[in-house]
Parts: sequence; C-alpha cells; structure tokens
Amino acid sequence: MNRRKERIDRGVKARSADIFALTSYREMLYLMIPGAVPVVALLCFSPMLSDYWREVIISTAIYALLAMSWDMLMCAGLLSLGQSLFFGIGSYISGSLNYYAGLPPILTLPIATILGGLLCTVLLLPVLRLRGIYFAMVTLVVPLMLSRLVEATRILGGTEGLTGLTPFPNQLTALFIIQLALLATLFGFRRIMGSDYGLVVKGISDNDRSVMSAGLNIYWYKAQVLFLGASVGCFAGAFGTHMDMFAGMPGFALDYSIMPVAAAVVGGVGTFAGPLIGAFILVPLSEMLRALGSLRMVFYGLFLVVFVVGMPEGIFAYIQRKYQQMERWVDVS
Amino acid sequence: MLLGTLIYGFVNSAILALLAMGFNLTFGISGVANFAYGAVYIFSGFSVWILLNTLGIPYLLAVLIAILLAALMGLAIYYGVILRIKGMPLSEVMATFGLGLAIMELFRYFDFVGFRYTLPVFIDGSFSIGDVYIDYQRMIIGLIAIGLTFGLYLFTNHTRTGLAFRAIAQDERTALTFGIDADLVGGLSMALGCALAAIAAVVILPLGTIAVEGGYEVLINALAVCIVGGLGSTVGILVASVLIGYSQTITANYLEPHWMMLVSLIAIAIVLVVKPSGLFSHQKELEERI
Amino acid sequence: MTELTPLLRASNLTKKFGGVTAVSNVDFDLQEGQLLGVIGPNGSGKTTLVNLITGFVKPTAGRIEFRGKDITGWPPYKVVSEGISRTFQMVRPFYQLPAYKNLIVPLYSPRVKKLAGGKYGNRDAVALDLLEEVGFERDAHVSYKKAGALPQGYLKRLELAKSMALRPDLIILDELFSGLSLAEVASIVPIIEKLKHQGKTIIMIEHRLKELFRIADRVMVLNYGRKIAEGKAKDVMESPDVKEAYLGSEAE
Repeated sequence: MNRRKERIDRGVKARSADIFALTSYREMLYLMIPGAVPVVALLCFSPMLSDYWREVIISTAIYALLAMSWDMLMCAGLLSLGQSLFFGIGSYISGSLNYYAGLPPILTLPIATILGGLLCTVLLLPVLRLRGIYFAMVTLVVPLMLSRLVEATRILGGTEGLTGLTPFPNQLTALFIIQLALLATLFGFRRIMGSDYGLVVKGISDNDRSVMSAGLNIYWYKAQVLFLGASVGCFAGAFGTHMDMFAGMPGFALDYSIMPVAAAVVGGVGTFAGPLIGAFILVPLSEMLRALGSLRMVFYGLFLVVFVVGMPEGIFAYIQRKYQQMERWVDVS
Repeated sequence: MLLGTLIYGFVNSAILALLAMGFNLTFGISGVANFAYGAVYIFSGFSVWILLNTLGIPYLLAVLIAILLAALMGLAIYYGVILRIKGMPLSEVMATFGLGLAIMELFRYFDFVGFRYTLPVFIDGSFSIGDVYIDYQRMIIGLIAIGLTFGLYLFTNHTRTGLAFRAIAQDERTALTFGIDADLVGGLSMALGCALAAIAAVVILPLGTIAVEGGYEVLINALAVCIVGGLGSTVGILVASVLIGYSQTITANYLEPHWMMLVSLIAIAIVLVVKPSGLFSHQKELEERI
Repeated sequence: MTELTPLLRASNLTKKFGGVTAVSNVDFDLQEGQLLGVIGPNGSGKTTLVNLITGFVKPTAGRIEFRGKDITGWPPYKVVSEGISRTFQMVRPFYQLPAYKNLIVPLYSPRVKKLAGGKYGNRDAVALDLLEEVGFERDAHVSYKKAGALPQGYLKRLELAKSMALRPDLIILDELFSGLSLAEVASIVPIIEKLKHQGKTIIMIEHRLKELFRIADRVMVLNYGRKIAEGKAKDVMESPDVKEAYLGSEAE
C-alpha cells in the first residue's frame, strides 16, 4: 500500500477566504488572531516588564525596524548589505540637530527620518541602474568608508562622536514610540506590498524588462522603495541616538548591517513579519549570549549561512503554512 | 619626493591589484559570489603563522601549504554552500558573507589578536633607487602583482579553462552544451580565487600584523577596486588599482595620510556618477540586456 | 493631395554593437491602420529594429518619429506612454502569479490611467475581460491558473493581452506565432484582425510567411541589417534580392 503526504488548506482557511467570513465569529477570530495577538501582547505586556527587559525590547525593536527596512528594499531586488548606512546617517542627522541646533527629539526624529531618507536615496540613485549585486557591493562599502572618513577628518565629533544628547523623557515613552513605529511599519509595509503597487515592485524584482515594457519607469519605483526603506532605517538610527544619548562612528558598525539580514533570512524574506520575528528571536538570544563577546557575530554569520541554505523560506513562512494548511497521508492507488 | 611617490605609489597600486584580483576572478569573471574573500585572506595569514610558529614548518613550505589550504577552503565553500543555492546570486552573496563573517570573528574569539601575529618578510633588507629606499618585500609584492596580472590575463583569454570561467558567467546553459562542467569550473574558479587571496596574504601581511580587521579592509578594498574598475575586467582592475593606489600615495605624501580613505570614496562616487558599472566594465545598461 | 503624416517614420536607423552592425540605414514609413510585416532570415536585425523603436536600445545613428514627434533614444516607458507597445520573442510572464494578475502591471501604467480619465478602476475586472478577449475561456477559469502552469499557446496570448492592456496605437508583435500549432495560430489571427478593425497599427515580425501574408498590408524584408525590399507581399516575394537572400523557411 503506497501513501503520500498531501497538503491542503484547512477548512477554516477556506471558509474565511471571502466576505462571508464576516458572518462567523470563528472565522473572524481565525483571521484576526495572527495579527492581533502579538500586537496586543507586545503593547500590553511590555510596560509590565522590568527595566532591563524593556531595554531589550527597545533594542530588539530598533533592529526589527532595520530588518523590515531591509526587507522592503529586497522586495524591489535591492540587496542591502549596509543597513548601517541608514542607521548611521539617521543617527548623525538627529544627533547633529540636537547637538548643534538644540532641537528636541520630537523634531529631530521626523526631520532625521525624512531628510536621511532623501539623502540616502540620492546617494544611492546611480546604483539603481545596475544589477542588484552592485547595490550590495556599494552598500557594504560606503558605511564602512564613511566611518573611517569620520575618524580621519574628525568632523562631527570624530572618534568620540556627539555626546550628551537629549534623552527621551522616560523609558516608557521611548517604549511607546518605538512600538508604535514598529507596528506602523509592519502593517504599513505589508499593506503597501499587498496592493497592486506592491505587485509592480515585486515585478521589477522578478522581471524588470517586462515591467519596463509595460510603460513603467522602474528606476522611479526603485527610488520610491529605496526612500521608504531608507527612511525607516534612518528613523531607527535617530531613535537609537536619543536612547543612547550618543551619535558617532559606531552608528556605521557592521553589526547594524548584518543583524537585519540575519533576522530577515531567519524569519522569512519578503514577509515583513518574518524579519520582525527574526529580530525578536536573534536579539534577545544574542543578549543572553552577550557574555561570549565576539561569538555573537560568529553566531549571526552561521545563522545566515544555515538559514539561507537550509530554510530559505524562513520561520514565518513555515508557521504561516502550518496555520493555513494541514498535511495528511493519502493512499495512492 | 617625486621618485618616492612614484615608487611607493606603484607598490600601493600593486597591493590593491593583488587584493582585487582573486575577488574579481571569482565574482567578476566567473560570476560566483565569494564574499568570504576577506576571511580566506586572514585565514591564510593565520595558517602560515600557525604552521610556522606552532608546528615549526619551514617558511616556504608553510606558505605553499597555506595557499593549498586556501584553495581547498574555496572548494569546500563552493561545494558545501554555494552549490546548494546556485542560481540565486543574492543568496550566494548573503551566505558567503555570513560564512566569512563567522570565520573572521571566530579568530577574534579565539584571541588571535595582538602584535605577536606577524609574518617574517621573504628577503630582509632594502635597496635604493636613486635616493629612495625600498625594502625587498615591497619589491616582491610589485613583481608578483605584475606577474599575476599577466598570468591572469593570459589565462582568462587564451586558455580553455580560463575561457570556460568566462563562459559560465555569461550563459551557463550554453556553456553546458559545450561540454563545460559548470559546477566543476565554478569550483575551480572559487579555488583559484581563494588561492590568489592566499598569495596576496602571504606577500602583503609581512608588512604589518595579521589582524581580523584586515579581513574587512581587504573586502572593502577589493570591492572598491572592482566597483571603480568594473567587475570582470582584468584591465579595469589594473587601471583602478593604479588610479586609486597613486591617488592614495599622493594624498598621503602631499596632504595628510588620514585623507587616504577619502580617495577611495571619491573614486567610487565619481565612477557612480560617470559610468556606474565601472570604468572598463562590459556590463551594458539594463536596456541593452535584452 | 497632401501626404498624410505617417504614424511611424524611421530614417537612416543604424545600430552597431561593437564590430557588429545589427541594423544598417533602415528607412520606412508606416501609415496609421496598416499592418506591416517584417521578415528576413535570423540575425537580420528584426528584433534589434523593434528594440530601437521601443527604446530598449539606443540607435547609433538615425531618427525615429512617431506622429511627427522625435522619439529617438527615448526610454521604454516614455515610448509606451506615447502609444507604442510590443511583445517579446521569448515570452516570460510572472510565473508565480495567476494569469490575470500578470496584467495588473501594464494596467498600472500612467498611460492607462490617462486614457481612463484619471482613474484606474478595478484592474482585476479589466484584466479578466482582456484575457477573455484573447481567448482565455471564462468558464474554464483559465485566467486564474498560475502562469507557470499554462502552455505556450496561452502564454503567447497572455503576452498579446499585456500589450493590448496598454491601449496602444501601434503594437509590435515579435514572432508571436513561433512555437504555436496551426490551429493555435488560426485562433489568434482573428484577434489581430479585430485589432486592425479597431484602427490599431500593427507591425508583425514573423517567420510564418503564409499566415503573415494573409493579413499583412505591406511587407518589409531585412537581410544583414539592411532593408532589401518593401511593398505588397506578392511583389516582395517576386523581388530577385529577396529570392537571392534567405526567404525564410516555414519548418517550425
């Protein structure tokens, strides 16, 4: 007797596929739980944690923002190996505005986000015409060079950086702001990429010739996506600056480039929720392994390799599949 | 001063060319992403050190073993990682990058840090050209760079294996129909590229210490040269190395040494504006790739 | 009687790729509403000509005018906005998407929005209608199948639908019939004839001469990048130059 595994949609998934889901509580719950539960859990439980764990959540959220920013760029086929570029630029802009012009965080954050996004987009515009590999190469090289540039020219505080910046009024406010940003980014990006606009963007990544011949200027779209991703990255940098009350060369550190990629690969590229999950796994994990020093980077590197090779779809896709489909054995006649 | 700049600029260019060559061979010419390049460089350096100091093997033999080890490492990376994700260049980049990162940081974790990690020069002493003193090691670097450039040029343009390297980057399926074993060729290219990294390591590292940061520097410099010169073009690498090398030396001698990094950045910026795919690249703009 | 401005005019069009001259001094005029067939042996520069007209490749020399406007060297998206669309010889849809979703991208373009008076409307519905027009049977739900699961005949029709979605004035079909059986070709020809009735101007690059000559008003022959004949199909085939050059075999 031969059997094979069959995978089909769960009953509840099929029933909740169209508008009639509105008529049943069970189906509505099925649809809303994956989105609502983590959000509610995060918003409600995080203020109840100790100071130390709140810090961890905040730190995780910063990395999660960088990871989602990475994912957005990836949707258009732009592989960024330099998220730290956005982080560093956002950090320096908000830090400088605060240090030299005395602007409070409530102003520096939005300005750094938009201005930083524009700056990074303009900086990377020439590379958009080339293959994705060039984007990877340039984004890898530029932040590392900028860091050494700051070191060499000693501008913007040089190796010491800008210190004594304005912090947030209290940790709870910071927690609230970053979580808001996190959820806005998550749901916003998912919404954008789920729409027809997102289809066009993914089309560019898949088959750019086809999109070009459909009358769309692919570079304009790539630039838009770049701006979206860069802005979120710059926000993360600006936020981090006010958390640490410091802006400096470490803003361009490799860590900010690698971690988002590892998180996205682990969580699932292209899903936005995946990078978020990836960050929420990797960052606390590395926090617990903090005692091991450099091993953290070894660990990110290995995670990257293992997941790219072994589970390219990522954890989120796996969970989603389990949630939506069931597997069973069937007889093969 | 001028003679000094001329000579040391040449050495600097030679160093950059050596660093970029291996990376260009694998990535530019064969289309196989090897972002673990810096790690291989450092690995080779430390291998020689370990063979020399811990195992007491004679220097020349240690160097040869290290080069061989690097080639094997390249093969291992290819068959272990790259083959499994072949065809998705972005995944190749991510995976090899992660691997390289893990390797380099592993060295740092095991405390291979410090001034005692140096390699002896091949020939001690220096000689003078005019009133400029230059040490033999630097001269050796220059000669090896020239030799390898010629060798690579001949190899990729006039030998069957070299042409096969280029074939698999251009159109793998067509290459297959010509009887080129794309997997094997890719592996060879990777091995050769890593061997070149090792050669670069053993001649350049004696000038300083073997440091994990050096691995990142190597990757940055190789990438910078390739971006400016154009991926895939041996001539481009040469020109870019000379351009950047001399600009850096001139900056260091006539301005201030710490502006050297700015040179590479400016070079990249100019190239991106003028000819984004690199000065001598064969990449056509997107529209022409129909 | 004044001469009508041709819809498309190519003057002295030349394209060199390094040492290879793909297209050499090609001139032609195309009046609105005509169907021009472009034939010639492989490598005669037909696809390069299309690439030149649609902006995928910039000419080394020469001019292209569309409705009197100089569109030489314009990027593809601008050319499409003017009203020229094309199909590709190598059909590559978005394999992971259902067939009708493939049309969302062209329906997203600015030209469609402009022609629809500033609103896009329901793209899904328009896509499904468009597919039905090109022969995707509605009741068999073929439009909902993943593009990767469709056979070549449907993919070619999808390609045609994509170019029609842009509501062009000039459609260029690059070897649409290649790889199709006689029956499939026979089922697509009426769609092209209908386009012609709607007043569209069409350029067809083809190797299948019998089918082409039935619907083409005029035919142009290229060989080694040069135009060697132009005129009615019958006259062109009588030309000694064309007879001497490769006439194009029908063995598919």
